Amino acid sequence: MTAPPLPLTVREVVGETAEASTIVLDDERGGLAEPVPGQFNMLYPFAVGEAAISLSAFDAGRLTHTVRAVGPVSEALRRLEPGAQVGVRGPFGRGWPMRRARGRDVVLVAGGIGLAPLRPAIHAVLAEREAFGRVLILYGARSPADRLFIAELESWDARDDVDLAVTVDYADGGWRGRVGFVTALLPHIRFDPDHTIAMMCGPEAMMRAVASKLTARGVPASDVHLSMERNMKCAVGTCGHCQFGPLFVCKDGPVFTYAEIEQLLAVREI
Amino acid sequence: MDVGAAYRVPATELNVLVAALDDAGYAVWGPTIRNEAVVVDRLDDAANLPHGRRTVQAGGRYRLDATGDARVFACVHGADSWKRLLHPPKVRLWRCTRDADGALDFAGDEPAEPRPMAFFGVRGCDLAAIRRLDDVFDRAAAPDPVYEARRNGLFVVAVECAEPGGTCFCASMGTGPQVERGFDWRLTELDDADGHRFLVGAGSALGAELLAPLALAPATAADETARRRQGEGAVMGRALDTAGLGEALVARRESGYFEQVAERCLGCTNCTMVCPTCFCTTVEDTSDLAGTTAEQHRLWDSCFTLGFSYVNGGTVREGGPARYRQWLLHKLATWWDQFDACGCVGCGRCITWCPVGIDITAEAAALRAEPVP
Repeated sequence: MTAPPLPLTVREVVGETAEASTIVLDDERGGLAEPVPGQFNMLYPFAVGEAAISLSAFDAGRLTHTVRAVGPVSEALRRLEPGAQVGVRGPFGRGWPMRRARGRDVVLVAGGIGLAPLRPAIHAVLAEREAFGRVLILYGARSPADRLFIAELESWDARDDVDLAVTVDYADGGWRGRVGFVTALLPHIRFDPDHTIAMMCGPEAMMRAVASKLTARGVPASDVHLSMERNMKCAVGTCGHCQFGPLFVCKDGPVFTYAEIEQLLAVREI
Repeated sequence: MDVGAAYRVPATELNVLVAALDDAGYAVWGPTIRNEAVVVDRLDDAANLPHGRRTVQAGGRYRLDATGDARVFACVHGADSWKRLLHPPKVRLWRCTRDADGALDFAGDEPAEPRPMAFFGVRGCDLAAIRRLDDVFDRAAAPDPVYEARRNGLFVVAVECAEPGGTCFCASMGTGPQVERGFDWRLTELDDADGHRFLVGAGSALGAELLAPLALAPATAADETARRRQGEGAVMGRALDTAGLGEALVARRESGYFEQVAERCLGCTNCTMVCPTCFCTTVEDTSDLAGTTAEQHRLWDSCFTLGFSYVNGGTVREGGPARYRQWLLHKLATWWDQFDACGCVGCGRCITWCPVGIDITAEAAALRAEPVP
């Protein structure tokens, strides 16, 4: 707990899927510090409670969050209407290694809502596309209807300088794409393991599998980055909830290298 | 600063020190007896300190007995600790009002106690515990305003233990029974052939400044010798071998031994509530019936609850073994990584107040003796 939340006005709410929505907040006055890709804010819908929600995009004066309704706070956030206000604290945490990624191939792997915290990293890479090597985006969703940012996925797919592969766990009749877990896409992608930065966000089991496959392909564990999720109340390392072994996910993370957390990831219920 | 020259305070004159702090504008807090247990309360007069009593402590046991003498500090702590005053069990963080247009207005809370506090009678273990809390709240990148409002201006009167309790192990943790730093005044109670008396020395410039006008008689060389002998003779109820302990426990974090502890552990959270360094909190959000005013409160929380590690999809530490492991390893191992200190100060409260008498010293020793899985 640092200072009380800052009230920000909802500019827009866009339904992404049956469960997820994107909420754009107005911070034209710049009341909050400028975030970096991979950071999160604590969002407070009035009288409901706070939840840690990663930024799914940001530009001058606009803070965008994409939430999946899984509890009272995320449900209340999804029901917000333009013009309403929410309390915001942030931005918090250590983000993606954007500077280290320059000049290298960038492998971005997302599972489900995990695409949201990766999106600002993708935006940053595409904004200076020439500063990076190959750009590979692997995205696994539960079903075609569960894909986030569909229009944007199509725009990335249309680019010659981005390799996008989308897979779904369960297909419907109209789906012509891949079916299966995101890990199955890995053997088919080409990158230079000595000059690659990998960034991933998704269920822990997915990240463990992807990180282990990438390191098996020769990417150093210190170049593989994972965004972790834990219960959070304060976001500044004083409530104790997000402890992951010796680490506080809120302030030491949420982005960690595989080298930092490989051993912890192998311990059940830690 | 070094502890300044010690002065003698006759046993009957101890209130001179309490009165001096009151005159200096402090709200003085000290140990007293309530419902046959030592608690921390407002101290208006030294007469309210726990005279003539000693604590009998063991795993799951706590009792006060008569010492048959007039000593004030023979009686060590109860379940209560100074943590309650610096890091309140429940505190309002902010209020928020919503106007007719839906605009929100947040207001942080003011500290409840406008006078700075003086803690009278802080044992070595609890003195170390305050330093541990400082590491968490004060030296964080973003200092905690609730803690800071209470900690800033705090005057600390430490007291050296002559008679540690049956579950005490401060000597193992290097936090007591004698104390050399981190206080404004240090009290030592002596009761020997030279009579019942106190020694008081200043550990800060402010401490020296407040002692000067009291015109106390200097302590003698014999007093200093008696003080040192008393500290050396203090018998600890428990011991913990801390050499390489953190590494040894981390190496065994997947040991089946945690299942044995979990068979006894009730998950009641007592150990975390009485621990003077456990700092974890949750928040509670409330609103009025009209839906125009909401508040956020911060409450002590415990890693022994299932909700503590809940994330969408389930609780991370679902089993009792994982929850006991989190607590034990945080205290004795990962606290070092986080704050470069040990999370345990050897006060023994968690042993005394565990309803089934689970003993952190015994469990750590037993785990260390297990093979590395």
